[in-house]
Amino acid sequence: MTLRTAHLVLADGEVFEGEAIGADPPGGVASGEVVFNTSMTGYQEILTDPSYAGQIITFTTAHVGNYGVAADDDEAARPVCRGVVVRDLARRRSSWRADGDLQEFLEQHGIAGIGGVDTRRLTRHLRDHGALPGALGTADPDLLAAAARAEPGTDGIDLVATVTADATWRASRHDGVPERRIVAYDLGMKRMIVRHLRGIGDVVVVPASTSASDVLALEPDGVFLSNGPGDPAAVADVPSAIDGLLGEVPIFGICLGHQLLATALGGTTYKLPFGHHGGNHPVRRLSNGVIEITSQNHSFAVVDGSVPGADVTHVNLNDGVIEGIECREVPAFSVQYHPEAGPGPHDAAYLFDQFAERIDAHR
Amino acid sequence: MPRRDDISSILLIGAGPIIIGQACEFDYSGTQACRVLREEGYRVILANSNPATIMTDPDFADATYIEPLDIEVLTAIIERERPDALLPTLGGQTALNLAMELVEAGVLEQYDVELIGADAEAIATAEDRDRFKTAMQEIGLEVPRSGIAHTMEESLAVIAEIGLPAVIRPAYILGGRGTGMAHTHDELVFMAKRGLEASPISEILIEESIAGWKEFELEVMRDRADNCVVICSIENFDPMGVHTGDSITVAPVQTLSDVEYQQMRDASFAVMRRVGVETGGSNVQFAVDPVTGRQVVIEMNPRVSRSSALASKATGFPIAKIAARLAVGYTLDEIPNDITRKTPASFEPTIDYVVTKVPRWAFEKLPGTSGVLGTQMQSVGEAMAIGRTFPESFQKGLRSLENGRLGLNCDPAERELDAVGDEELLARAAIGTPMRPFELEAVLRRGTSVDDVYAATKVDPWFLDQMLLIVEERQHLESRTLETMTRSDWRRAKRLGFADAQLAYLWDVEEDAVRAARLARGVRATFKTVDTCGAEFEADTPYHYATWEDEDEVRSSDRPKVVILGSGPNRIGQGIEFDYCCVHASFALRDAGYETIMINCNPETVSTDYDTSDRLYFEPLTAEDVRNVLDAEQPDGIIVSLGGQTPLKLAGILPPELVVGTSPASIDLAEDREHWNALCARLEIPQPAGGTATTLSDALSIVERVGYPVLIRPSYVLGGRGMQIVYDEEALRSAMEELAGFGSLGREGGLSAERPVLIDRFLEDATEVDVDALRDHAGEVLIGGVMEHVEEAGVHSGDSACIIPPVGLSAATLEVIASYTRALAAELEVIGLLNVQYAVKQGQVFVLEANPRASRTVPFVAKATGVPLVKVAARLMLGATMAELRVEGLLQPPVDGDHVAVKEAVLPFNRFPDVDAVLGPEMRSTGEVMGLDRTPGLAFFKSQVAAGQRLPTSGTVFLSLAARDKPAGLAAGRRFHELGFELVATAGTAAMLTDAGVPVAEVVAKLGEEGTDAVELLASGRIDLVVNSPRGRGSRADGDHIRAAAGQFDVPLLTTAAAGLAAANGIADWTSHPLRVRTLQEYHGRVRDDLDGR
Ligand SMILES: Nc1ncnc2c1ncn2[C@@H]1O[C@H](COP(=O)(O)OP(=O)(O)O)[C@@H](O)[C@H]1O
Ligand SMILES: Nc1ncnc2c1ncn2[C@@H]1O[C@H](COP(=O)(O)OP(=O)(O)O)[C@@H](O)[C@H]1O
Ligand SMILES: [Mg+2]
Ligand SMILES: [Mg+2]
Repeated sequence: MTLRTAHLVLADGEVFEGEAIGADPPGGVASGEVVFNTSMTGYQEILTDPSYAGQIITFTTAHVGNYGVAADDDEAARPVCRGVVVRDLARRRSSWRADGDLQEFLEQHGIAGIGGVDTRRLTRHLRDHGALPGALGTADPDLLAAAARAEPGTDGIDLVATVTADATWRASRHDGVPERRIVAYDLGMKRMIVRHLRGIGDVVVVPASTSASDVLALEPDGVFLSNGPGDPAAVADVPSAIDGLLGEVPIFGICLGHQLLATALGGTTYKLPFGHHGGNHPVRRLSNGVIEITSQNHSFAVVDGSVPGADVTHVNLNDGVIEGIECREVPAFSVQYHPEAGPGPHDAAYLFDQFAERIDAHR
Repeated sequence: MPRRDDISSILLIGAGPIIIGQACEFDYSGTQACRVLREEGYRVILANSNPATIMTDPDFADATYIEPLDIEVLTAIIERERPDALLPTLGGQTALNLAMELVEAGVLEQYDVELIGADAEAIATAEDRDRFKTAMQEIGLEVPRSGIAHTMEESLAVIAEIGLPAVIRPAYILGGRGTGMAHTHDELVFMAKRGLEASPISEILIEESIAGWKEFELEVMRDRADNCVVICSIENFDPMGVHTGDSITVAPVQTLSDVEYQQMRDASFAVMRRVGVETGGSNVQFAVDPVTGRQVVIEMNPRVSRSSALASKATGFPIAKIAARLAVGYTLDEIPNDITRKTPASFEPTIDYVVTKVPRWAFEKLPGTSGVLGTQMQSVGEAMAIGRTFPESFQKGLRSLENGRLGLNCDPAERELDAVGDEELLARAAIGTPMRPFELEAVLRRGTSVDDVYAATKVDPWFLDQMLLIVEERQHLESRTLETMTRSDWRRAKRLGFADAQLAYLWDVEEDAVRAARLARGVRATFKTVDTCGAEFEADTPYHYATWEDEDEVRSSDRPKVVILGSGPNRIGQGIEFDYCCVHASFALRDAGYETIMINCNPETVSTDYDTSDRLYFEPLTAEDVRNVLDAEQPDGIIVSLGGQTPLKLAGILPPELVVGTSPASIDLAEDREHWNALCARLEIPQPAGGTATTLSDALSIVERVGYPVLIRPSYVLGGRGMQIVYDEEALRSAMEELAGFGSLGREGGLSAERPVLIDRFLEDATEVDVDALRDHAGEVLIGGVMEHVEEAGVHSGDSACIIPPVGLSAATLEVIASYTRALAAELEVIGLLNVQYAVKQGQVFVLEANPRASRTVPFVAKATGVPLVKVAARLMLGATMAELRVEGLLQPPVDGDHVAVKEAVLPFNRFPDVDAVLGPEMRSTGEVMGLDRTPGLAFFKSQVAAGQRLPTSGTVFLSLAARDKPAGLAAGRRFHELGFELVATAGTAAMLTDAGVPVAEVVAKLGEEGTDAVELLASGRIDLVVNSPRGRGSRADGDHIRAAAGQFDVPLLTTAAAGLAAANGIADWTSHPLRVRTLQEYHGRVRDDLDGR
């Protein structure tokens, strides 16, 4: 038991004690915006979700790493989050699916972390003061405090550029799926989304910087706007590209994609105090009143009533936040949460079929 | 969809007596349901035969029927009340089965009562294992390979298909009754037979064994709009093969990836939809192959279950409450989550701690049981623990059991395993028994690798590695001392769940020294909140647990505070009655403006419902855990006298000035033999001659003085633990050894000057009398109730039937009893409750014992007399006088109604066929029922029906009585004869009867002799009732083959002549009176005119 003491210090000076886990960050300091996620399973999917770029993830569930890691569960080639905070990191995994331990995984990918933390105290603090910049590591707490204050957080920063694909790539539809060509904007897209899209057609994944005309040149039957990290207001180009696509082809957006669709439609976004990060958020589908338990991961949201020409289709029952919109005039809809799950409930998977229907109706 | 207003009255069926597999959890769910439905403005009609429940308090329903739960009675209730709907899903398997019977009998149709919360079709699909499997296959879910059999032939045919080992499971049973795992052909034949007998529709399922797989449970809810949510996921520590009720279980699930978990979640919804549970909670059980991940469905319970209670306490999500609301039309999103208040109930709780449930068994009280766990549930209770991590919560859970263990070993009892060799130990750990966790720890501590232990035991490697952390920490701590422990050492040890007491053992110092050293290092418990949302939202739930973190969330107020110490896990001798007492105290004191704080660790109970008290601490009832809470709360008073023996054991460590009511000193006074004898002498109250011994020679010299038979027992135990009637020296010797030895009692402290053995002359053929009384600080004494026992002294008060009013006692005797009771109350300076037990022999009254605390019988007395004894007692303890409470209206005169109340005990013998079903001074009943009616006979008859023993009204009675019982036996025999019964008897009894002119149709041969013996006779089905009292009691019991056969062939059995006589009188009255049902409200004098005459 050679535990190395580590600390997590928040920009407001709050200090948390624990022991170092994962990789050794350069100079013993890793910084980012500290957020929490309340999912009880799916830590690997969460850690590898590109939407967490720039963020340090706190898991509220007590034990993390119990079932190890499995290549199948990666949502991206590598995790891009800045760090991880847990109450307990499993020393030994147990799962027939696993091909590695979480500790090794974090080391391989250079993700630093801190264990043994009173994560409930941290979560309560973030709940009350909002997501905060912070720094963790084995360095001296004063150094960490300085790093935390220096950390810009995610507001007003375009993080998409850091996670989008550098070139176009293709993924063919699953067997027996009718022919449809879907162009997907990779704003930090999760693999689970590609899997679902392949269930409705061939997928052409394009970088965030791709223009509307270049997309149309690919003769898409539908355009998909992926999830992604950070502040929608700071994302360059994409909204204008969307503007050029609206009405030309059916559009479906998830998470950041949803926020950017809203922006393109003239809507505005704002930052939630501590965001929605978890797998248990109740959302009402207004068309039939049914409740979906959803997987969510967003710090920003669309301002109610700010989107001309679109109806609200889904609402979060916990706090009334807008979870989905649909254009009145043109075939375009989007949701704030994650129907693809990975991790989380499958309740909203129907949205991909809905996308397929829109596509077929438009042809 | 809002509340339904097309229905206005709802009948709720309770679960009846506490039995193995069906305990307080249904009082908890039933009580919540009653509350909610009344809040919603419905007229609630409740039927439940169990007087010890909170739900049967007259305040919780509009019409409360404490009546036997069978369809004849329920039909009478329905006819009388004409409810619009019947809600059967909150009363366990009992209510569900009764609902089905009512449907099949056409009763619901006849009185057009709507079944809500579940429909017959759905119940049948879930409960009939064959239909269930087909249904699962229809929706593409896997189930273990299996076949159905209704006969032995069919059984063998199935086995030819699927092979051995196989699991045998009867349809329509609860807690796995009659189930088992057959490895050999003979086992199969035996179990198939037993199973076919156990199933009400004689149908069994024979299933491929998947023992060793991982076992999981999901608690699911669904509403009318088809919204489905998982409330809690549970993983079993013990792999498949050990009943979930007997498994250590953990929430949330720990070793499933999200992919697997979501697959299971989808499956559980599919199951609920296919089975057709339209609204409410269900429990779906799965098994997962640890090698391939193959998931199969084991079963689903279409109702609130034991696990729902656990899930509610584990997450803070009140399943029963919500289920009741759903049943009357609401949808999940229309119901607020009453913890966050802001968010709706249509979500899935997430938890940031680990919950561990540990069962508690009673094998030590049931000689003849193997103690091996299997597919049939055997535990009598359970404790739940909350910790931030598994090791912490696991150790907390183990020390919550109050069986002398301090945690995962690292305590004196661990030495038991020292003698066992490594291989033997590993072999033992492979078999599910109460010792398994301790064996696992020991094996790991001796250096066996996690992989080897896993290979041998199939306990998941993750759990084993978590245990290994505890082992390594212990080894680290061994290298430390009180002086060298650093702050981080302390923190790590406590965070891994080590109790100060374990460390005291490790370092061989006093627990107080450990505590002091720890506090000196600034390491103290912090309290967190159970909030259903992992702190995502603000919650002011008053539901807390202790852990060892940075931040303490408890905001304590400055109102006057009273802490109530609960009674811990259910066990034989200490069960729901004491929870009833704690809950009543909490209610009464809240009403009186106190802030009440409950400490308890039993997830089944009403006391651990977070809205019973102002604050709930879900904590073990140990010195350390309780002191931690006291430090945090700084209460003005502590109540120790309502939770049975558990809180009393703690009285010593509490600041005496804070203990309200009778002082710990006088409580000791009553327990300490020397003082007690002196006191009785002073008051000139006769006692059975006796003395106390710590050695065999003491014992022998006492017997010299008082003569055999003697009754011997340890002090400071409840339920006659270890008590024996001894007829000769040989028996005396072995009894003393058992008490001194390393038996379960030894573990609880063994013999010492402080805990000597009590030896009394045993009074044969004496009538036992129980008295519950109240005394206030002004000195007024109120006799709450005098109960005359049906069985003679020698049958533990907890196991004997008793009757109010005591019709068999003379006015003179009653006066003597009253004056003795007053004298004792005064002398012991009782403030609150006092229970005294007397034995009346030939008109002379002896006092057996006095307990200045709540007794098991208090709820029964309160319901029989209408006086809320505990509520009054709680107020007295805090300084009120009875005079004041009369003015307030809380204390009213007992109802001098024309009714008679009989309490009957319910025994677990049908679950343990190898245990002799004879009654003795060691209590073995798990629960009780109450019969209320116009005459003693009718009330007794009802109590028998309620206890599951339907007395015949005609046919043949088989009598076989011990010599000393013959006078009573003769009276019984004569009565049966007059009633037209045919009598058969064993030789001696037959002679006695014929000599007295009572005809005996047939003399039953002794085993092995010429002619039909008892076993053949009972097998033939010609016998309708057996009255068999063994010569002597306990060890000397004979005729056990008769009792065994009666059990096996399900023939009503009475084991005392006294009960036989009572039964005869009962049958006489029953056959000459029409069935009458009445509500408690009516009995208590709040008669409802609208129903008069009906
Ligand atoms: N096919 C099987 N092989 C091995 N063990 C089994 C099998 N089926 C059930 N069990 C064990 O028996 C226990 C009781 O079975 P279950 O179907 O849940 O009956 P009950 O209605 O008594 O809960 C389960 O908890 C499980 O541990
Ligand atoms: N001297 C005695 N003679 C006959 N029966 C006795 C005597 N003492 C106790 N008993 C029987 O043993 C039972 C248990 O004894 P008790 O002192 O009440 O123990 P507990 O504290 O477990 O209630 C009593 O209910 C009574 O039936
Ligand atoms: Mg079960
Ligand atoms: Mg007693």
